Amino acid sequence: MNVGIALLLFTGLLLSAALLTWLERRLLGLWQDRHGPNRAGPFGLLQPVADMIKILTKEDWIPPFADKAVFVIAPAIILGATLMAFAVVPLTPDLWVVDLNIGLLFFLAMTSVTVYAVALGGWSSNNKYSLLGGVRSAAQMISYEVFMGLSLAGVIMLAGTFNLREIVLAQAGLWFVVPQFFGFLAFFVAGLAESHRLPLDLPEAEHELTAGFHTEYSGMKFGMFFVGEYVGVVVTSAMIVTLFFGGWQGPWLPPLLWFCIKTGAFVALFVLLRAAIPRPRYDQLMAFGWKVLLPLTLVNFLVTGAVLLARQGN
Amino acid sequence: MLSQLQSLWQVFRHAFHRRQTVNYPEQQPYLPPRTRGRIVLTRDPDGEERCVACNLCAVACPVDCIALDKAEDENGRWYPDFFRINFSRCIYCGMCEEACPTYAIQLIPDFEMAEYRRAEMVYEKEDLLINGPGKYHDYNFYRVAGLAVGGKDKGEAEDEAPPTDPRRLMP
Repeated sequence: MNVGIALLLFTGLLLSAALLTWLERRLLGLWQDRHGPNRAGPFGLLQPVADMIKILTKEDWIPPFADKAVFVIAPAIILGATLMAFAVVPLTPDLWVVDLNIGLLFFLAMTSVTVYAVALGGWSSNNKYSLLGGVRSAAQMISYEVFMGLSLAGVIMLAGTFNLREIVLAQAGLWFVVPQFFGFLAFFVAGLAESHRLPLDLPEAEHELTAGFHTEYSGMKFGMFFVGEYVGVVVTSAMIVTLFFGGWQGPWLPPLLWFCIKTGAFVALFVLLRAAIPRPRYDQLMAFGWKVLLPLTLVNFLVTGAVLLARQGN
Repeated sequence: MLSQLQSLWQVFRHAFHRRQTVNYPEQQPYLPPRTRGRIVLTRDPDGEERCVACNLCAVACPVDCIALDKAEDENGRWYPDFFRINFSRCIYCGMCEEACPTYAIQLIPDFEMAEYRRAEMVYEKEDLLINGPGKYHDYNFYRVAGLAVGGKDKGEAEDEAPPTDPRRLMP
């Protein structure tokens, strides 16, 4: 593994996450018939820089009633875990941070770690809103974790490997979104819930929990949660592309460009979901997860297995 | 589920709609003539102050931002000795304009009155008075009112009959 490439990729990922804060506001503006931030630099492209300067020069305050050590560690966990999850994503046939045989499992494990950041951040803040946000995120992520893994079982069975590069190579003929459409739907919703983005952002839920788990956070510690969330969006989009949309594969254009285009399209879809869909009630979210998506993924799992077995029998 | 997809599509279509907002300092928004903005005191067509210091605007003001005091000139016309509006309190509701019996106080479509110091938001009479009749070009209160002032006696106003002596109104 080349350390230089790893650093380059992580820097690129962080930069794209920073750019995403600008892109999201511009896209939301576009879809709400307004301009969005367009003052700093051409098209407002320097807005992330301005935000960064602002957030770094803000008072970095730890409330006296907070559990100090956990309070400080929590934002580091979310950013670290999402960055680690990106490590296994192959960008092109020969560009990745690490080529793990258990890449998919590693990704699932790392996205599960992010729940600790949110739950610990909410708990250590010693604030009722934060605690409610943390509890919600724990419940939401555990229930959505279950079928996030199950929804990928079909992909694993079709590709016969956990290695993400080989999964992409297995999609040379047909993208897995076609045979695994329901798996894709379930993974998409689960990814949305994992990155707690707006339709499913119940841990934050501005309107009922002020800011949920990061109510007490300020300065760059809040910024870490923020950047972690956007990195999560990019990583989830990249995983959807890798697992269901053929990764870097595509005609004419170079592989890296194809990967970026596909990932960007899913990032835009994430933003569109935020712009269009209202937040469900908490019990609706839970009921949808356990009563709709879990059976759906199980049926998908069984049917895929049956089809594969029948093919082998012939 | 279908309605969710439908709303997703409808929001996406807004990408091709015209933007409702403008880039403000470079592009000025269109303000209708009756926009309620900065408050001015107008003059009648003869160039005299319209305000008769009746205090109705100060009474109508829900945030009590108008203060004035009455004075009387040599012709018997009333005018405000001072007229003060605290624009850091004003909510631009237009109640003063509706209450005014002489069309003196008017709201105009200008809203760019930001100041760095709060004291500068208090406008005195010389800041408020303009050199024109505002929205009502021909109205002159003393010319239509029955009140006798210097240069105009009872019964000399427009559309006014000369006063009758009630003691001579015998059947």
